[in-house]
Amino acid sequence: MQELEIKQSASTDDQVMLKIDNLTKSFGNNQVLKGISTDVCKGEKVVIIGPSGSGKSTLLRCLNLMETPTSGAVYFNGEQLNAKNTDINAHRQHMGMVFQHFNLFNNLTVIENIMLAPVKIGLKQLRKQKAELLKLKIKQLFGKDKDKEVKVTLNKRVIYKQAMDNAMQLLDRIGLKDKATVYPSTLSGGQKQRIAIVRALAMNPQVMLFDEPTSALDPEMVGEVLEVIKELAVGGMTMVIVTHEMGFAKEVATRVLFIDEGIIKEDAPPKELFGNPKDERLKEFLSKVL
Amino acid sequence: MDFFKDIGKILSTSEYMSYIWSGLKTTLIVSLGAAALGMLLGMLVAVIKISAQSNKKLKVPEIICNIYIGIIRGTPVALQLFIMAFAILAIRNFPLEITAILTFGINSGAYVAENLRAGIMSVDIGQTEAGRSLGLSSSTTMMSVVIPQAIKNVIPAMGNELIALIKETSIVSMVGLIDLTFAAKIIGAGDKMADYFVPMMVVAIFYLAIVYILTFVLRKLERKLRESEQHISDKKAAKVQAKTTKKLNRIQARYDKYVASVKTDTQEDM
Ligand SMILES: Nc1ncnc2c1ncn2[C@@H]1O[C@H](COP(=O)(O)OP(=O)(O)OP(=O)(O)O)[C@@H](O)[C@H]1O
Ligand SMILES: [Mg+2]
Repeated sequence: MQELEIKQSASTDDQVMLKIDNLTKSFGNNQVLKGISTDVCKGEKVVIIGPSGSGKSTLLRCLNLMETPTSGAVYFNGEQLNAKNTDINAHRQHMGMVFQHFNLFNNLTVIENIMLAPVKIGLKQLRKQKAELLKLKIKQLFGKDKDKEVKVTLNKRVIYKQAMDNAMQLLDRIGLKDKATVYPSTLSGGQKQRIAIVRALAMNPQVMLFDEPTSALDPEMVGEVLEVIKELAVGGMTMVIVTHEMGFAKEVATRVLFIDEGIIKEDAPPKELFGNPKDERLKEFLSKVL
Repeated sequence: MDFFKDIGKILSTSEYMSYIWSGLKTTLIVSLGAAALGMLLGMLVAVIKISAQSNKKLKVPEIICNIYIGIIRGTPVALQLFIMAFAILAIRNFPLEITAILTFGINSGAYVAENLRAGIMSVDIGQTEAGRSLGLSSSTTMMSVVIPQAIKNVIPAMGNELIALIKETSIVSMVGLIDLTFAAKIIGAGDKMADYFVPMMVVAIFYLAIVYILTFVLRKLERKLRESEQHISDKKAAKVQAKTTKKLNRIQARYDKYVASVKTDTQEDM
């Protein structure tokens, strides 16, 4: 297998991006996560492994609040996400998520899939700027804030154009430029997942969350998707990846978490965790999957 | 034969035909107005009911929606029309068309809401999750992703609702509004043709024609909306491709125009 140099840029080593503090999550009476604490630093590639039903997806989904934690806290760049007045949408714009079943928007063509979020969010910011300007003008009408100035810096046409160019560039990067104008239903699983990845990248996220990105793929398509993820890793992207691909985990991870019975049973660099597992359940798990 | 002679008489008598045309106009105006209002109301109610599942603040609006749906579906539409015409909107010179549009719109809204809600629930939750994970608000996700797919799923049910609505509007004659059905009654009265059968037949053909055209349009629409589904023909694929390409070209053209306009602006400034 091809040797990869995974950067974990030394200068930003201790910059905590995601902080998970004593997180628990219950579905009714079923406590799935029983107190998880760990930090994800900038540039880290954290791989989460564990038996089926151990709460890996639940943990990942708590990170961008797709699931609301029952107790504990999740911080993103120092801000608590599960606090009352947090604007979760604003934070999610910086956290990409890739799903097991791709979840491309069926009603939109490939390029529209990629452009949707950048355009919608750009237009929203534009509306906000315009509203600010209007507010100031009304105020000035009554003689207040005479010397203040609000500028509308955004422009609808530029927002669309930038989103389009960016989408095309991303498609080019994964070699699917010629699929820009088709519906997702005409694509293979591997193509869909690669597009799902660049759709998330179109928002320029600071961290990418992957939930078993290759589990729903035919074996011959796993490679092309892992290749895209590896490229991202080499590029320095911070990532949290739930996967059953142990080879991939060994190759890409800077740290591996073994989750079982709702807690982190082992947390170590891949060499150590795979080479010298300490937890009994982890040994059992590895003997089954390796 | 007398029957065909009588039909010919109706079609050639401008007085009779003017009743039919104005009746047809009323039927169409009331139906379309009510359908539009029903669609709006139904969408609002469906979205409130769906959103209420995850948002506690919407508890009260949800209860109001449930009461609305319960009352509308639990009482006859004729009674609803009477209540509107003879009680709530019993205002002198208040246009009956508006009364009818409001009645049937509010009535239809309850059924549309339930149809749409079922349609929205049938859209894979992963679609919503993908939208929300990108930082889109729940309303943007709903409008840009979920509802377009839900509509595709509910087009057949909506078509039936619209067809039922058009036929149902015939009861407006009970409050004195001259629609297509009432027109037949006027033409058939003793001072005109003194025969109800033939004018009723003529009007029946009009209703049939409307329903037939509508069925045809809906079928086309349904097929168009299914373009994004699995087995898409090459011809359709080429069409989609052309349409999207056009969209992208438009974005480029608008941008170029904008850049050019900015350039001339700054030149003028100098
Ligand atoms: N929305 C939900 N409602 C109720 N229970 C849930 C929900 N989501 C997950 N669970 C339960 O939580 C437990 C953990 O689920 P989770 O999906 O996190 O496991 P996992 O580790 O990702 O498993 P897998 O490897 O099979 O994907 C399971 O027992 C599951 O039944
Ligand atoms: Mg899972």
